[in-house]
Formats: sequence, C-alpha cells, structure tokens
Amino acid sequence: MTVLPRSARSAAWHVLCLVIVAVVLYPLVWLAFASVKPPDEILSRLSLLPTRFVFDGYTKGWEGAADVGFGCFFLNSFLVAGLSVAANVFSCSLAAFAFARLNFRFRGALFAFMITTLMLPYHVTLIPQYVIFQQAGLVNTFVPLILPKLLATEAFFVFLIVQFMRGIPRELDEAAIIDGCSVYRTFWHVVLPLSKPALVTTSIFTFIWTWNDFFTQMVYLNDTEKFTVPLGLRLFVDTSSESNFGAMFAMSALALVPIVLFFLAFQRLLVEGVSTSGLKG
Amino acid sequence: MTTVRTPDPPVAWDTPVRARRRDRPPGRRRKSRPEAFAFLTPWLLGAVALTVGPMVVSLYLSFTDYDLFTSPKWVGFGNFAHMVTDDDRYLQSVKVTLIYVLVSVPLKLTVSLLVAMLLNTRRGGGGFYRAAFYAPSLLGASVAAALVWRALFMGGGPVNEVLASVGWHTPSWVDDPRFSLASIVLLGVWQFGAPMVIFLAGLKQIPAELHEAAAIDGAGAVRRFRHITLPMLSPVIFFNLVMEAIHAFQAFTPAFVIGGGRGGPADADLFYTLYLFEVGFQDFRMGYASAMAWVLLAVIAIVTAIVFKTAKLWVFYDDAGERR
Repeated sequence: MTVLPRSARSAAWHVLCLVIVAVVLYPLVWLAFASVKPPDEILSRLSLLPTRFVFDGYTKGWEGAADVGFGCFFLNSFLVAGLSVAANVFSCSLAAFAFARLNFRFRGALFAFMITTLMLPYHVTLIPQYVIFQQAGLVNTFVPLILPKLLATEAFFVFLIVQFMRGIPRELDEAAIIDGCSVYRTFWHVVLPLSKPALVTTSIFTFIWTWNDFFTQMVYLNDTEKFTVPLGLRLFVDTSSESNFGAMFAMSALALVPIVLFFLAFQRLLVEGVSTSGLKG
Repeated sequence: MTTVRTPDPPVAWDTPVRARRRDRPPGRRRKSRPEAFAFLTPWLLGAVALTVGPMVVSLYLSFTDYDLFTSPKWVGFGNFAHMVTDDDRYLQSVKVTLIYVLVSVPLKLTVSLLVAMLLNTRRGGGGFYRAAFYAPSLLGASVAAALVWRALFMGGGPVNEVLASVGWHTPSWVDDPRFSLASIVLLGVWQFGAPMVIFLAGLKQIPAELHEAAAIDGAGAVRRFRHITLPMLSPVIFFNLVMEAIHAFQAFTPAFVIGGGRGGPADADLFYTLYLFEVGFQDFRMGYASAMAWVLLAVIAIVTAIVFKTAKLWVFYDDAGERR
C-alpha cells in the first residue's frame, strides 16, 4: 500500500469531493446564471458568466402566460402545499398514534395493509379517483389535491411517524393514562409534543413533494388561473422557442427557491431523517 | 427470545408489531382500546374510499372500454390482448421503461455506494459534502430541473459543446432517439443523494474492528470490500434496490418535460406512465389506462417479490438465526 503523508491524503480527498460537488451542483449554478443572461447567450456561449447581467427574464416571466401572472401560480402552489402539509400532519399523526400506541382489533392486519400501500403505484387508484372527483364536480379545484392528504393516503408518513412514536418511552403515556388522562389528552399533551421531529420531517417532505408534484396537478387542474408552479413552467415547454428561454429559466430558478430555502434551513434534519427512515427525496 | 433488532435504516416493516405481540407474556394482554378507531377514522376513510374502493373499480374498468362519458362496456381480456398484439406504442413504452430501470437503478446505486464510501471518514467537511450531494434528490423531481436538463443536453448546450471540445461531436441529445433516453438516465443518476445518505448510515454501522482485523490478516482493500463491506451492507443495498426500482418504474416528470410532452424523438422517451397518461387523460380510454395500471402493479409486485425471494441468497442479517 502506498503510504502518503496524512495531510496529502486528506488534501486529495477534499479535491476529489470538491470535483464531485462541482459536477453535481453545475446544473444548478448554470441555471442561476442562465436566468440573468441575455437570451442569445444562454445556449451560444459556454461560459457560465454572462457578458452583462439582464433581468428581463424575471420581469417577462413574472408576467406569466395567457393573461395569468406567475405570482398567481406561486400563490396556488403555496396554498396547495400549505394545506397539504397541515392535512398530512393532522391525519397521519392520528393514525400513527393508534398504530404505535393503542391496542385494537385487526391492528396487525390493518398495519400490514398500510405497509402494502407503500408499494402501490399511484396509477392503480388514479382513474377511479378521477372519476369520483369528476362526478362530484371537483375536477379543476384544489380538493382532489388536498383531500387524499386529509385522509392519510400517504402511508409513508404514517409509517414514518409510527416508527418515531415507537421510540418514545411507553411508560410516559401509560402513566398518563393510569393517572386518569383520556387517550385523547395523552395523545395531544404527551405523545404529540414528543413527536415533533417526526412531524417536522413530515411537513418538510410533504411541502417539497407537493411543490414538485406535476402529474397529479396536471391531471386535475385545467384553467390557467388554477395552475400551480410546475404547470406554469410547463407552458414554456409548449412554446419553447428560444425567445422564451430567458423567462423560462428565470421562472425555473424562482420555482426552486422555496425548496432551496427549506433545504438550507432544515438540511441537517432532512438528511438525518432520510438516513433513519429511508425516505426518498 | 430477545426483541428482534432490525438493522437500522432498512427497517423490517412488519417486525415491531409482531415482535411486541410475541414478547408479551401470555395472560397480560394489553387492553384493547376502542378509542383507537377514532384516531384511525381519517385513515380508514381514505383506505376505503380512495384506495381499496378505487382498486376494485379500476380492476373492473381494466376489463372494459370506458370513455368517462358513456357507461363502461365489458370487453373481457380485450385490453390486455390489445397491449401485446396490437399496440406498438405500448410495447415501445414497456421497452423504454425497462431499459430505464435496468440501466439507471444499478448505475445510481453504484454511484451512491462509491460516494458514500468516500464520505465515510472522520475528516472535516463531510457534512457539507453530504448536503451538497443530497440537494439534487430534492430538486431533481421538479419540472424546473427537467427544463434545465433539457437545455444542458440540447444542440449547442453545454454538454454538446464540452464533448465537441474533446473531439466527440454528438447530435442534440434530447432530439436524437439514440441519445435522448440516456439524458434522462443521467438525470436519474444525478439524484444519487438519497440512496447515498442511506448507504452512509449503513456504513457507519459496520464496526471498524472488522476492517482492522482483516487488514492485519493481510486482506487488501478489494477483498475487504468484497468480504466485509458488501455482506454487512447487504440489507441496506436490498432496501435501496427495492425502493429505487419502484421509483424508476413510475418515473414521469423528466420523460414528460425532456420528451417535449409527447414521448420525445421517435417515442424514445415514451415512458410507461407517460403513455398511460396519454391514453387515459388525452384519449379518454380509461379502461385501457386502468388495464395498463394493473400491469404496472403486477410487474412491480413480481419484481419486488423476486428481489425479496432472492434476498435469502445475498442479504445477511446479524441476527439471521433469530429471524423467521
């Protein structure tokens, strides 16, 4: 084995890691700079830096398309993602508490069923769900995007919270119940506050996944003024002439900002959450 | 029997409940709590109205012609027969998806394992690198990232230019049937951060003494990797393999955006889910789309079952003797 001095090996390690960082982050840096390049430079010049900074893309892009401004898409996305977070945390923590802490008939079978739905491709329930919402006159509203979350159909989060609640010492809630606390109060005042890390992880991932979700939103939303950010961006795909590139990349960059902010704020928690629960980004 | 300890990240999903029940001494059963069903109400409603009910309906629809506006017409196995005998685009979508799964999943797992091993040291800065590598896993699923990808791999885009500067002149990747799928595979591999973090957690569980002992016995790096790292990590590899395969089968956004919404050049990016979307929500052939969804479910179930069955041969648990 070659014996390099410790410092040299450490330096080589850092260089290698930095090279990978550069490759991995290149597309994002490229996007950031492309959003402020003059349109004719975006594809024709290889250099990352623009010859001059132009913010036309942002002003033009923000005007949106088909008379609907991009601000509207952002508001819609925030509304859908915000309500999804609230709905998911509420319903998933309720179900998780029952699975993790209470004994009831069919618990094993129901739990096994919940785990199975983790692997169920979304497409199998998609069409009947669409038919239900269509019959109820709810297509082209946000209800089909939020109601499933209010009914805890995202088994992943139930599972995540169950796993976390199992780690909380049982004596705590057993003592509370013996002391005369109702199950409901025990849930609200003992178990839920202690589950905060799992609830925060659930919130972050629900937000990011909903923010990124394209398929469901495309299926259910028709009117441009109901569009969310991914659908707004898609308008640029349909009209992808080079003249639109500036606006497209400016809005793409903006679309990633909320995720990047979330990521920077919760980076530690997110990455830990992934490694302990097996969540996927 | 002691409590079954699951290796940390790949949690054996069903063990805790069962283990606890077996651990409990007979005669001291915990009181059943009817309140549980109050807590379960939203979930139960969802399970019945949005999961089980729709599954039954979708199974029925898969044997019908249904256009959403007139009532379903029973066609027996017609939809399934049509898929395999009469629908070239369907077969194309199967081919594209299989190539994607078979190429992108192993590639992504290899990259994520190698990078995880690189980061598995006590050197400073590991946290920063880990975070940087993880970022694409969160951003990569978005339309914005796919749009960037399209531009990077376009004719005259950075990838073309860099390759041309080293003498390899390629056509516009996203517009050439030979290269288009490759660009989507690379977009998938770019998101290696999520499995990497899970690998990293697994690597940290391997006791350093094992490697030290083997090194003293004269085992080189390759042998230690082959005989210590891989077996000790096999539960994590297993978990990542199953999850990544399930995800890859359902890929949609990159195919839609990079393929310009219609499956790319010569249907080279016609992913299964993309074709399903087209059939169901553009042509309103809901019965056919349901049949496609059930085939997807069957394939995912079969692949998962195969991975689980063969797991005995290559997945090792510390507590192998204690497991079922």
